[in-house]
Amino acid sequence: MNFFIPPQLKRLALAFAIFISAFLIVRHFLVPETFGQYGFYRGASLEEIGQTPMKYAGQKACLDCHQDIDDLKQQDVHSEISCETCHGPGQKHSENGDTTLLELHVSRESCGICHSKNAAKQKNAIFQVDLLEHNTQKNCIECHNPHQPWNMKE
Amino acid sequence: MEHERVKPSRRKFLKTAATVAGTAIGIKLLASSRYLLFAAEPKDETLPWYGIVFDIEKCIGCGKCAKSCKIENDVPREPFYFRTWVEQYTVKNDGSVDIISPNGGIDGFEQRVPDGEIFKSYFVPKMCNHCSKSPCIQVCPVGATFDSPEGIVLIDEKYCIGCRYCVQACPYGCRFIHPEKKVASKCTLCYHRLKKNLDPVCIEVCPTGARMYGNLRDPNSKLVKFLKEHTTQVLRPHLNTGSKLYYNALRMEVK
Repeated sequence: MNFFIPPQLKRLALAFAIFISAFLIVRHFLVPETFGQYGFYRGASLEEIGQTPMKYAGQKACLDCHQDIDDLKQQDVHSEISCETCHGPGQKHSENGDTTLLELHVSRESCGICHSKNAAKQKNAIFQVDLLEHNTQKNCIECHNPHQPWNMKE
Repeated sequence: MEHERVKPSRRKFLKTAATVAGTAIGIKLLASSRYLLFAAEPKDETLPWYGIVFDIEKCIGCGKCAKSCKIENDVPREPFYFRTWVEQYTVKNDGSVDIISPNGGIDGFEQRVPDGEIFKSYFVPKMCNHCSKSPCIQVCPVGATFDSPEGIVLIDEKYCIGCRYCVQACPYGCRFIHPEKKVASKCTLCYHRLKKNLDPVCIEVCPTGARMYGNLRDPNSKLVKFLKEHTTQVLRPHLNTGSKLYYNALRMEVK
């Protein structure tokens, strides 16, 4: 069998071969190493996202030192609420408790952000107070202990 | 005559058999590298498959979720960048609906509709639906946004070219372009916290337990139990996004 291959086809085949190999070489350097490890993305990015620093330490970290407060809290209606809901982010405080203290939120507004009256809050979801009527001259914590809201102070 | 008829049919049979076998072998070979062909990758059954439930009846609109999310994930403070936010819907007696979300609910809500005019009012927390067939992944031209093996839609910030296709594609408005990094940004379900066996921060700080998350693969998980016992719905089900964010007591006004 003797095929005749026209010279222009030979040149074309050579051009194709050069183009395809050049593409494969460039592609090899452009596609990151872990691309396609788990799917159509860079596998290493999963680990990178997983290493984002935390700001909130989580309830468990609070209980390492403040178990006494939690014992109080467990006896009243705020038992299910995480410490950082009211006290704010505590990762720095949990790493270095002496130098970094959490802010205290003790104003009427900070209690009111949950407990103020609003028709959109479902009646059995939360105890609502009309901040414009209920003891307007006093701060909430003068009567209520935030950890035990129904254990009234004198 | 008979002799001639058998021969071509046998040849035909062999040809068909070879084609079928060849196709099967070809598909088998391609399937091993199918992550290079399709956006959806093979799922690892041993890992959890996360779903989320928001209970509208329990949400009190305190905005702690939106606030803590901004702090935890370094979301820009401007009131138009959110990874999660809360909306207040008020259906009036005349049927019109008043929807507000001042600063995403971070500073709390005030009811601006007088009590006499309210027929029904409620809060709707929102965030990324972590769709299993998400439009945002499908439109990404470079493979910078993807479904993690746990079913969490994530963004590779180093790979994102900031083309904004995904921002437009998300039917829930859950993505934005980070003003400093110039890349797309969105909820990660606090992937960095999940890796350390901690709850996502919005779920950690929610005071009423209106937000829940869990493993959809585990038939005994709290989440699956909740889904069994309640009438839940996803947002925009007609778009077939495979959303894994389920709402309890979702009303028709919610878009």
